[in-house]
Amino acid sequence: MLHIDATAHVRGESTYVDDVPAPAGMLYAAIFGSPVAHGSVASLNVEDALAAEGVAAVITAKDIPGENQIGPIIPDEPLLADGAVHYRGQPLAVVLAKSVALARKGAALITVSIDPLPVITDPRKAYENGEIIGAPRTVACGDVEAAFERCDVVVSGSCDMGGQEHVYLETQRSRAVPQEPGRLKIYSSTQSPYAGQRMIARILGIPHNHIEIDVLRLGGAFGGKEDQATQWACVAALSAWVTGQAVEVVLSREEDMRMTGKRHPYLSDFKIGATHDGKILAYQVEHYQNSGAGADLSTAVLERTLLHSTGSYHIPNARIFGVCCRTNLPPNTAFRGFGGPQGMFVIECAITALAEKMNLPVAQLQRRNLLDKSDPFPYGQLMGNDHAIRAWDDAVASYDFAAIHERIDHFNADHFATKKGAALMPVCFGISFTTTYMNQASALLHVYTDGSVGLSTGGVEMGQGLSTNMVLLAARALGIDTGKVRIESTNTTRIANMSPSAASSTTLLNGNAVVLAADQILVRLRTVAAELLSESRADRITIADGEVLNGGKPAGLTWEALVQHAYQSRVGLSAHAFYATPDVHYDKQTEQGEPFAYHACGTAMVEVTLDCVRGTYTVDSVKMVHDLGRPLSESVDLGQIEGGLAQGLGWMSLEDLQYGEDGTLLSGALATYKLPDAHFMPDDIQVKFLEQTDGPIGPYGSKAVGEPPLMYGIALFFALRQAMRAFRPTAEFPFTAPLTPERVLTALYAGDDPGELPRK
Amino acid sequence: MRHDTHFILNDAEIHTRASGGLLLLDYIRNRARLPGTKEGCREGDCGACTVLVGSPEGGEVNYLPITSCLMPLGEAHGKHVVTIEGLNLPGLSPVQAAIVAEGASQCGFCTPGFVVSLTAMMMSSADVSADEALSGNLCRCTGYRSLKAAARSLSRSVGVEAMTAAGELPGYFSDIPARLSAIPPPAAPADPDSEAQWIAGGTDLYVQKGAAIPGAPVYLLGGREDLTGVTLEGDHLRVGAATTFQAFAGSRDVQAVAPKIEAYMSEIASWPVRNRATLGGNIINASPIADMTILLLALDCSLELEKAGVMRTVALRKFYRGYKQMDLLPGELLRHIIMPLPPSGARLNFEKVAKRTRLDIASVNSAALIMVAGDGRISAAHLSFGGVSPVPLYLTRSSDFLTGKSPSPQLLAELLAMAQDEIAPISDIRGSADYKRLLVRQLLISHFLTLLPDALAVEEIYAAH
Repeated sequence: MLHIDATAHVRGESTYVDDVPAPAGMLYAAIFGSPVAHGSVASLNVEDALAAEGVAAVITAKDIPGENQIGPIIPDEPLLADGAVHYRGQPLAVVLAKSVALARKGAALITVSIDPLPVITDPRKAYENGEIIGAPRTVACGDVEAAFERCDVVVSGSCDMGGQEHVYLETQRSRAVPQEPGRLKIYSSTQSPYAGQRMIARILGIPHNHIEIDVLRLGGAFGGKEDQATQWACVAALSAWVTGQAVEVVLSREEDMRMTGKRHPYLSDFKIGATHDGKILAYQVEHYQNSGAGADLSTAVLERTLLHSTGSYHIPNARIFGVCCRTNLPPNTAFRGFGGPQGMFVIECAITALAEKMNLPVAQLQRRNLLDKSDPFPYGQLMGNDHAIRAWDDAVASYDFAAIHERIDHFNADHFATKKGAALMPVCFGISFTTTYMNQASALLHVYTDGSVGLSTGGVEMGQGLSTNMVLLAARALGIDTGKVRIESTNTTRIANMSPSAASSTTLLNGNAVVLAADQILVRLRTVAAELLSESRADRITIADGEVLNGGKPAGLTWEALVQHAYQSRVGLSAHAFYATPDVHYDKQTEQGEPFAYHACGTAMVEVTLDCVRGTYTVDSVKMVHDLGRPLSESVDLGQIEGGLAQGLGWMSLEDLQYGEDGTLLSGALATYKLPDAHFMPDDIQVKFLEQTDGPIGPYGSKAVGEPPLMYGIALFFALRQAMRAFRPTAEFPFTAPLTPERVLTALYAGDDPGELPRK
Repeated sequence: MRHDTHFILNDAEIHTRASGGLLLLDYIRNRARLPGTKEGCREGDCGACTVLVGSPEGGEVNYLPITSCLMPLGEAHGKHVVTIEGLNLPGLSPVQAAIVAEGASQCGFCTPGFVVSLTAMMMSSADVSADEALSGNLCRCTGYRSLKAAARSLSRSVGVEAMTAAGELPGYFSDIPARLSAIPPPAAPADPDSEAQWIAGGTDLYVQKGAAIPGAPVYLLGGREDLTGVTLEGDHLRVGAATTFQAFAGSRDVQAVAPKIEAYMSEIASWPVRNRATLGGNIINASPIADMTILLLALDCSLELEKAGVMRTVALRKFYRGYKQMDLLPGELLRHIIMPLPPSGARLNFEKVAKRTRLDIASVNSAALIMVAGDGRISAAHLSFGGVSPVPLYLTRSSDFLTGKSPSPQLLAELLAMAQDEIAPISDIRGSADYKRLLVRQLLISHFLTLLPDALAVEEIYAAH
């Protein structure tokens, strides 16, 4: 089945928050953010803004009736800064005016006097200064020191990973509309409607049930609207509360890039040891996460880094340390992969360093140490029935990796200044929220008397195809055509206490709830049908293709007729169902447990061509084998794989977040922050679904697909490194990502005098 | 000074007295309330706001995709502006059907822009490749394979008439030429008042000072007939300063001078932006990294400037005096660029290194024009570099140095040393000063390898250190 919104999308008829006609008198908000990254606020002068044309009000922290606090895990983040600022762009005031342009003109008249304090942007420096968030954590297994003693080869090194801007094409936005006194309805572009509801209630000091959040769809999110949509929903709600008018907040791209958090940059140190034949015995890693100025979701992101620090490999002795370091950048946040990519990048660097030291092909070391079924992860969970080795072997065989390598070797021998490289990347990504209680969802299913179905879940459609999956599941479970099922907006009055749409788990959680809700309806309808058909055993009744079957044979009763009978028999045609992932648990004290329902696995190979004169490169191909279990919609899942891949490739190459030492985002526009475009992405992208697999708990055997493919992009870094080594076999190249053309060229010619001919 | 802007928006006749400097995007979304056109970046980088602008040309209407976030409303006068709503048919158009079938739309926010760009590819009289048609649109969801598959499944250069006849465009398109011809031409451009903001293509101006323009008086230069077009005049080309990049590159006369101009164009901006960006705007904007200006420097162009009827000519290489400082009087208008025809056998090369190959600003760009004598010696050379100085830089000494010399690794070595003395790059978001210095060396090597392939091999250059 194709994406159910696609027809409306291509006609430009899908609506987003600000496409809906504005309520009369709606005010538009402009945010005044801190012009400096750290300091105490001596004075904030909003008088000129208040007097400006079209300005209705200026909102500051003192207008907040409840608690000025939106930190989701650790309460360390005010909605509007009061007294101190901790990053550039931190909201200090909100100007409300008759138009966006007038609001922005008003905001430009605000002045603030800030006594500056030292600015830290480097996580290691923050750590040395004791600026950490939460407690440092260590996941360990085996005896690392003793194991290093037994290793024949030990290497150590450091990695420097850049952050990543989400660049959801639709920037952050929210519209708050006052309802009857004391109530607000908020249309928000958020992955986490309940977080918005909860925080608005906290800000306004009113109960959750006075706040209704409605989400139709998002123009992209990728984690950037998991927690960070909340503050804009809060700004809109607070502004509407204070003024009594509807208020809309739409960030410009520039504001969005300057004010919101991104994927966390990390600095990491590793040490790895192996035997002569390439069995890794010991691994030690320290991760310094650049968390930004507030906790946001950083501690949870770090947790996933720790749990993915050994990647797809079995390492019997490991000590994995990580700490969230507080810096004066916008609080960094969720981004597809949620800390997993950083953990995996470092272990791949370590294995690459080991292979280079041992003069072995990297792929040989990778394959030698892949997780097998009985192997444990450092946190105690066993690999079980997931398919890291099968996916690897399938990729190597299906795409004939040996032949590709041979071809590349020939090419490199024949070309002096153009080199090719290829690398394999195995991905093994844990599925579930690592915070166990979040693994819950519910669904509300109404069957109307004409047989049409209305479906609500706690999941948010953000392009990933959730609506398509939910409709498919409801239709499949009920035995009716997908055209009969309509997915409703995600709304906190229909579904309470929902977890964010995140962790690759939205279909798993909400889809299972949909199937459970459909099952409730089916049980009731079977009873009605059995009575109608004088069949004593209701379990012989099934529904398929909109027809009632008795013992597998058509019973001459349509879905619509059955529904009518049920209605007239006063049988309930609505069901609410709740699902919680069974058996997941994690003990943060011992750092042991089974946090994941399973692991999604696959392997990718990336091939590149490097122009060694110019330092530019092209991605030639990406070939993947991915375990989808039994996919619900191959088209939707393929889109997730390819889209995740593109973001992973971008993170490793083009996407270069740069901050000045004063905490200024230097790459703060799409003119300076480049993401993959159609030309950058290779024409040759192949995806093979691993055959004969089954999702253990996904609805109808499906498996999660949202985040895992992003990490296939990591192979680009190592493919480029191969090409660089083909040109400079003896050079030492740093493990610094993204590997921009600048980093490539300066690494290839390190130490050269540009006024002389290049050295070979 | 406000003029009534009269244009056709989809099927509707529009008369508006809104500020001519208002962004077309803002007019479409906020005043015409057509929400299908999306704002993604407001700087021409994402293409979510792409619309078609049709201009009358010899009884027909020539439609081009442009980013509506960079076009002043006033320039829509006498034109047909088409948004996604204006392309919708009772069923799906071929472009829409292809995107749906390929699964090439996920969140949907970028999708209308892609539909418009690909529809433009089908409508265009020029043969625009699928890749070029996608060059101005970003999608963060799909990874593009599906979008490329959709684009490549479509017919190119079908033409408006054929598409309308086939029901692939709404029927109202057939009346547009007549309706546009009924719109009176805009009031003749009066002399601008001193306060007015002059706008040519606006593709960088709106990015730099977009918020300030809509309320201010504007003086629009884009599309003015007296300022557009390429004419062959004896030993040079006369190029109107408001000629767009796309029109410039499409000129046969320009292609004779720069045979690979269309290949260079694929590295300069995007199709929708090139449909707006002008040569004159590129020059007067005075960005030290301006791609087109760097090319024009190596072609040794001159500028014809006019103020109050007084014309004067300045060599482009002498035009820049410092960062954004030019030999330009207040109120003086750049009317034409004079491009001398290089002697036959002259060799031209353009190099650009940026993070991303397409629609990115260079870290360093460079152009070289080299004339080679029968004995293999270089009889004349023009070298230019962007991003390595406060101005788009003509390398006077290095260019002179090459004249009369035979290419050799030794000559190259001397050139490299000399070039390093002529440049003064600074570290910025485009790269460190050291990187730019290294790029200057590497791009000079690239020029030699490209322009003198028989004289020097890359192995030879690298072995000569």
